[in-house]
Amino acid sequence: MTAVLQVENLLVHYHTHAGPVRAVEDVSFALHKGERFGLVGESGSGKSTMVLALLRMLKPPARIEAGRVLLGDTDLMQLSNSQMRAARFSQIALIPQGAMNSLNPVMRIKAQLADTIRYHNRDGNLSQAAIRAHIHGLLESVGLERSVAEMYPHELSGGMKQRVCIAMGISLQPQVILADEPTSALDVVVQRQVMETLGRVQEEIGASLILVGHDMGLMAQFVNTIGVMYAGKLVEVGPVDAIFDDPLHPYTQLLIASLPSLEGKGIFQGIPGITPSLLNPPPGCSFHPRCPQAMAHCRSQAPTLQEVQPGRWVSCLLHT
Amino acid sequence: MPPLLEARNVNKTYGGGFLNRKQTVALEAASVTIAAETPTIIAIAGESGSGKTTLARLLLGMTPPTTGQILYKGQDLQTLDQNQWRIFRREVQAVFQDPFEVYNPFYKVDHALTTPVAKFFPNATATETRRMIEEALQAVGLRPEETLGRYPHQLSGGQRQRIMVARALLLKPKIIVADEPVSMVDASLRATILESLLAAHKSFDISIIYITHDLTTAYQLSERILMMYRGNVVEAGAVDLVIKAPQHPYTQLLIDSIPLPNPKVHWGQQTLKPRQPTNGQFSAGCAFSDRCPQVLERCFTAPPPFYTTDPRREVACYLYEQS
Repeated sequence: MTAVLQVENLLVHYHTHAGPVRAVEDVSFALHKGERFGLVGESGSGKSTMVLALLRMLKPPARIEAGRVLLGDTDLMQLSNSQMRAARFSQIALIPQGAMNSLNPVMRIKAQLADTIRYHNRDGNLSQAAIRAHIHGLLESVGLERSVAEMYPHELSGGMKQRVCIAMGISLQPQVILADEPTSALDVVVQRQVMETLGRVQEEIGASLILVGHDMGLMAQFVNTIGVMYAGKLVEVGPVDAIFDDPLHPYTQLLIASLPSLEGKGIFQGIPGITPSLLNPPPGCSFHPRCPQAMAHCRSQAPTLQEVQPGRWVSCLLHT
Repeated sequence: MPPLLEARNVNKTYGGGFLNRKQTVALEAASVTIAAETPTIIAIAGESGSGKTTLARLLLGMTPPTTGQILYKGQDLQTLDQNQWRIFRREVQAVFQDPFEVYNPFYKVDHALTTPVAKFFPNATATETRRMIEEALQAVGLRPEETLGRYPHQLSGGQRQRIMVARALLLKPKIIVADEPVSMVDASLRATILESLLAAHKSFDISIIYITHDLTTAYQLSERILMMYRGNVVEAGAVDLVIKAPQHPYTQLLIDSIPLPNPKVHWGQQTLKPRQPTNGQFSAGCAFSDRCPQVLERCFTAPPPFYTTDPRREVACYLYEQS
């Protein structure tokens, strides 16, 4: 399999007056062609920061300190601002978290889609008629009627707005789609519709996709590969079936055990303790204060992400 | 013995006044009963806009119903005198959705715990207050020495939400109304909050009204469930019946759409009809008729009544008329 996107040693810090907050700490992974990669983690684990870093859309006090993000052969971190702007949407696109707040309330849907197509298009000038036809095609491909083009965001339901954002994300057929909790504000029925649409259009344009979220149920249903983030680091990466059947990292084990299901009833198992401060992370493995299997050297020695079985990566001293 | 808390055929309409002519029906003919004899956990579930929070606000006495009655120990909330209100406000406690907004960031969390004690137990000494607070914190699995004396921003969302459960427990309530208590906290902390609610139910015989859109936690926690859709209760009954063998087409659709955390069990095979915008107006017939895959002619003309399909379950759907 060829890697479409390769992230190498990415390091993002937020510079606060109390010191640097280590939001993304030395993260490396590869996204293959057609793959659906699920990035999971609790709030504050750095997953949204990482997505914004891939697009170079972070604002101060956040800063990308080091790392390479290879899209094909190009390192996105080395592009000029105008080159990066051209790459957004046409090569790497974001479907944002709150579709409610992502659309401009005073512009018609068609104007917003036309903006994206016009400003990020590699092929230069498109005629008005070509843009209009493209917009209608996009809306139909995400299951909306053509008439939606003439509407304003407030005339649409949450699910319809999210579909407009998907249409925008795929408008220039990017190789990589980044979806940051695209359905977190929707109820389960609409969530299923939106995810089915997203999966279908992703396959149609042959893109790879990174789905960010904390809903393990959604991940189980949608992605092929899961990457688990904890305190700014990737602690486990593997195929979705393997992660659910046999999680290797103690954090992943607890995370999966804490999920309510419709099978057994009545026993809850939370993860004791709280997520560490990224301003002053604990020495050694950052999970050791909460880890039921912590050993003495976990306090001093930081594990690194290692491939322990083919395709399965884990960052834990139990598996070295 | 009258039920502890009862909503009897309540309707709630917003708007329709002088300035805002357009009426929005938030709740139609809803009834809930919490029996006095045995404490229970009842879940009210539905998507956003289904009227579940409106029902919670009515049960808490925060807003009066447009028609119908809310009865506490057999007495209409509207007719309670000042002293009875005080008792009601102590015995029916709330836990809200957002554990970030309910705190005043300028006060230590202790403030949220000492205020209710001072209000409802004016004779308690400082030592007694301290003891009550510590007991309540321990009951929700928090260590008082690690919790007290801190500001809200120094605690996690899960800890803050558990302090809210502790605050409710302090007043020795009979009922806790929990409105989406876990929807804003992380999955790993969700279980600890639900655990503390369950512990309160078991050790202090408190009934819990658990309002949620998440059917998996509703199934885990509750004994009975009310499924709501656009202001109507569509199915109600024992949670194992409703979740494991749903009868109303809406409940079936909803349960079919839950993304289960198991890659081997694939979600939803049913095809879906998109929801039509309503502008707050409800159809003359069944609220689900425009999306229902099994819709009948009569569903458009009159809303279906409840049919008792099992001694432990009722369904508002014409498909079950025969039973």
